Amino acid sequence: MKNDSARLSEPVVMGIETSCDETGVGIVRGTELLADAVASSVDEHARFGGVVPEVASRAHLEAMVPTVQRALDDADLTLADLDGIAVTAGPGLAGALMVGVGAAKAYSIATGVPLYGVNHLSAHIAVDTLENGPIPEPAIGLLVSGGHSSIMMVEDLAGKVTQLGASIDDAAGEAFDKVARLLGLPFPGGPYIDRAAKEGDRAYVRFPRGLTAAKDMERHRYDFSFSGLKTAVARWIEARRAEGEDVPVNDVAAAFQEAVCDVLTRKAILAAKEHGVDTILLGGGVAANSRLRTLAAERAEEAGITLRHPRPKLCTDNGAMVAALGSHLVAAGVAPSRIDFPANSSMDIEVVSLADRL
Amino acid sequence: MRVLALDTSTSAVQAALVDLDDDELFLTSFRREIDGRGHVEKLAPFIEGCLADAGKTAGDVEAVVAGIGPGPFTGLRVGMVTAAAFADGAGIPVYGVCSLDGIGGNTRGRALAATDARRKEIYWAVYEDGVREGEPQVSKPAELPEWVSGSGGADYAIGEGASRYAEQLSVPAETVPVYPDLVKLVELAAPRLLSGAPSEQLTPLYLRRPDAQPAAPRD
Ligand SMILES: [Zn+2]
Repeated sequence: MKNDSARLSEPVVMGIETSCDETGVGIVRGTELLADAVASSVDEHARFGGVVPEVASRAHLEAMVPTVQRALDDADLTLADLDGIAVTAGPGLAGALMVGVGAAKAYSIATGVPLYGVNHLSAHIAVDTLENGPIPEPAIGLLVSGGHSSIMMVEDLAGKVTQLGASIDDAAGEAFDKVARLLGLPFPGGPYIDRAAKEGDRAYVRFPRGLTAAKDMERHRYDFSFSGLKTAVARWIEARRAEGEDVPVNDVAAAFQEAVCDVLTRKAILAAKEHGVDTILLGGGVAANSRLRTLAAERAEEAGITLRHPRPKLCTDNGAMVAALGSHLVAAGVAPSRIDFPANSSMDIEVVSLADRL
Repeated sequence: MRVLALDTSTSAVQAALVDLDDDELFLTSFRREIDGRGHVEKLAPFIEGCLADAGKTAGDVEAVVAGIGPGPFTGLRVGMVTAAAFADGAGIPVYGVCSLDGIGGNTRGRALAATDARRKEIYWAVYEDGVREGEPQVSKPAELPEWVSGSGGADYAIGEGASRYAEQLSVPAETVPVYPDLVKLVELAAPRLLSGAPSEQLTPLYLRRPDAQPAAPRD
């Protein structure tokens, strides 16, 4: 246990996140979470079956300052107490990112607090420090969300993150959304499939595991593919309906979810073993999935690997994860970002922060 | 009173420090660049540049005035969120002014102020000796209502939307693009600034509903 004075000397950082449909503002001190304010526009997107960028951007602008105020109130701090402001610079929806980046820059100029433009994906990894403390390095990150499915090698969270593999088509979260639609479940699909699957039979039907055949394992050892799985589910449902039979929603949800979780965990464990790494960090919105957590835990234990993940609320997009990464960067002595950095909708997964870029 | 003025409702990224004393306005420092895609990169450095040119710090600014459009949404929002966050960060009030008034407010006679709304449309309003008549509109330049384009309508058109679509407008258009004048925006907000009116929640003049097209991947 650290003493109080050591704790107080740890950096207090505010994180701003607007890459998709959540306006998130989090505040941390070191690895201690002080506030996690989120305003979501998810309900406004539900009827469109996906996030509408312009609707999200409008909601970000409206929610930005009030969410910052709410986070400061929750943390019982003022802007003058901050040692850093971190903001998601990318990847994400361009117009949505710009609201957060614009706000962060303005807060930084108005207060003189140093600014850090950071990578949303590294932030998904960093958020685990808020619950489980500093990350042992190296670690393997399994990042699964609506936009990304990647296996990352985290040698140094402050600057050296490399991608070992990623989805070559749909992200896992996207597949959840699409299959949910096929099954008549609402958007976003992840939580609904998870719930339905709990009542279903995982072995009801065996859906394909993408990129696991021997020759694929040579070329795409740590890569994923979920578009074939989605098509297989669609065909199966179609065939069933053509025979005039009901589709067992819970069973299909369970079998689909099993196929996704099987491949994700199998490849992450393989990556850890083959790189001699004994820690796997699970992050991203899909990391809230209960089956993914259970299966990953079982397989990690068998392999003698430590599995870490934060609680579900911290897995989905939020400002706390950005603050967590910012705090890590400040503590590591990484230089702040220049004030003219862009919002980069396709920011490279291996760029942790724009701190060292001129 | 030292005022930070911002407008990103057009392809001009603009920031200025304007001194307001009773009814005297003085432009202390000013940055502008025509870059319709550069708002998020350029605006913040421009604010820093304006402060540096004036030998001032953020703590010397007493209020913020922002153009609230109409304008292409993404760029417009950058200026507005910057204004709102700067004001919040500095603990000072922020006030919104219709960006078209920064063009039309400087005109004499009957003028059509128009900015580029993209998608081959313009945002516009008609001004009589600098005073706006009615709410801003969006439409195709060739489809302005009769009261604007017909006899008794506007004598001339001004603004980026006017110069760009001069050939389609039935009103004679100035060929040099004119952008919202930040000093004018501050002047229009002067009654609120001088009376210490409460800070405002800035809401853009969107004039269009969002395209309801979901994005492909989520993050
Ligand atoms: Zn995310």
